[in-house]
Amino acid sequence: MKRTPPKSARDVAPIVYPAIMLVVFFVIPFGTMVTVSFFKRNQGAFYTPDFVLDNYARFLTTFFGGVLAFSLFLAIMVAIVCVAVGFPFTFFLVRLKRRAQIAWLLSLLSVLSLSEVIIGFAWSTLLSRTAGITNLFVALGLMDRPEAWLPGFGAVLTGMVYQALPYTILVLYPSLARLDWSLLEAARTMGASPLRAFFNVVVPVSRNTIVATLIMVFVFALGSYLLPQILGRPRQWTLSVLITDQAIYQSNMPFAAAMAVFLVLIALALVGLTTLIGRREAEA
Amino acid sequence: MSGLALNNVQKHFGSVRAVEDVSLSVPNGTFVCMLGPSGCGKTTLLRMIAGLEEPTGGTILLDGRDITTVPTHRRELGMVFQSLALFPHLDVAGNIAYAMRIRGASQAEKKKRVGELLEMVHMAGYGDRSVAQLSGGQRQRVAIARALAVQPKLFLLDEPLSALDAKLREAMQVELRQLQQKLGITTIVVTHDQREAMTMADQVVVMSGGRIRQAASPVEIYRHPADAFVADFIGSTNLVPLSVENGVATAFGKPIPGLAVTIREGQQLSVRPEDIILTPAGEGTLSGRVAFVRDLGATIETFIDIEGHRLVAASTPRDRPTVNVGDETGLSFHIGNAVVVSA
Repeated sequence: MKRTPPKSARDVAPIVYPAIMLVVFFVIPFGTMVTVSFFKRNQGAFYTPDFVLDNYARFLTTFFGGVLAFSLFLAIMVAIVCVAVGFPFTFFLVRLKRRAQIAWLLSLLSVLSLSEVIIGFAWSTLLSRTAGITNLFVALGLMDRPEAWLPGFGAVLTGMVYQALPYTILVLYPSLARLDWSLLEAARTMGASPLRAFFNVVVPVSRNTIVATLIMVFVFALGSYLLPQILGRPRQWTLSVLITDQAIYQSNMPFAAAMAVFLVLIALALVGLTTLIGRREAEA
Repeated sequence: MSGLALNNVQKHFGSVRAVEDVSLSVPNGTFVCMLGPSGCGKTTLLRMIAGLEEPTGGTILLDGRDITTVPTHRRELGMVFQSLALFPHLDVAGNIAYAMRIRGASQAEKKKRVGELLEMVHMAGYGDRSVAQLSGGQRQRVAIARALAVQPKLFLLDEPLSALDAKLREAMQVELRQLQQKLGITTIVVTHDQREAMTMADQVVVMSGGRIRQAASPVEIYRHPADAFVADFIGSTNLVPLSVENGVATAFGKPIPGLAVTIREGQQLSVRPEDIILTPAGEGTLSGRVAFVRDLGATIETFIDIEGHRLVAASTPRDRPTVNVGDETGLSFHIGNAVVVSA
């Protein structure tokens, strides 16, 4: 397709509306946040316009560094587990009959309709000692006595994977549905077992989709602040939890804004890095 | 028995009977073309031989061993898919070496064999190209080399040349046949192009409605089609309705000389266009009106209407009387080459 530079106001017109929306609902709020992050906080009051770097300097401590590292680690783990579970699942899903596929996709969509709060408390019940699934295992004779599987890292990870998995599958679905099955069959005629063909052919051919999905789930998981509080110990609280805490309970807007800006920058840097690695491998 | 044998193979998809009771034996080293219109079950049959579909009945034997339920990856075959199915994430050498990689061949072995195979398909030096950079014909060659990499017992091709333009397709047909003869490998090609089948095959298997209509050498199929479907599908033919009047075989009420009177009702005479001889009006066995003339240079096809039936005569410019559209013309048959077929 040939591209010609826009010449008149008419050519530009179609993007005016989205541009306005983007400015009003993204650029201005984000700009406000960046500005506030440099403001000076007044103890006991709100903040005064200023240009200080104190807010940024404050989280160069081991405490905030640790929280940031954990937040990134948690989001990466959620992304990896989601794709590791969702990719094979979707691979089998697209081979099902149409009716079965629709049933699966509908039940996945229904998970999306649940709020984070409901998911959090449902899992906290499921993993509890008194009413949790361990009681079922005891009844089946698999365990001696019921145990509490929360709070803890495993519970946080489980809840967040549960929440992000439908997105993962819905993002992977179109790409896997379009996968050329004869590639897999070709590998099999050349002596590859179905499992081997899956790893030798399906995974590398879908590499771009996998990278894109990892990034999407990562960004999605980075913003989670309810589930870590419901299902985790304070040790498993993410930066998002601290941002909420600072903004709402400590009334320290400048510091909360600084953390939010920092989180966005780190996330962007990681996404950029992943894309860069992906591109380099594609060229190699 | 050495070779491939299909015994009463059938495949039903629910209530659809894709392949119905097919039996066929293919001696080792034979080139077989499975030919038929789309939906006749030929591709399903090939996929069952490859193990990509499981038959709902019957057995498939390779060199006397029952392979009906052996999974594809243990069947020792090479296959070229209609889409070619080249791996986009591997280069040409990587594609060709894939089967060797699965078998754990060393780097040196792979390199040597890839070189040989590229040489064989006239693409030496293309090993490090990306698949996306190749032309249609080159991709075809890579797919063939890849399928032959580990010297399979069976070489299967599903409409392999359908994506190529007419000229390249004809060249590839000849090349594929020569390659097969050099390697002596049992080869089965599925095609809907009867010229392709005639060019390449030792044995042509004509299928329709999930059944084999006739399996024989190309010449045999052309000269002695088993039924009206085969006669019409292979090459072009004129199907002349026959009847018996007063103990004489007739067509359009005229007696046909040289035809035995063992005709049953509903039978037809299959006459190839080149076996219809045009004669001056009033002479010959039948007469009709010229409806259209297609002058192709080397041959001239004359379309003749007789009592609502249309016959096509192909003649060389030298032995064709001058007739134009609308003229009456006489015609007679090379009755020795004509075949009586049932519908």
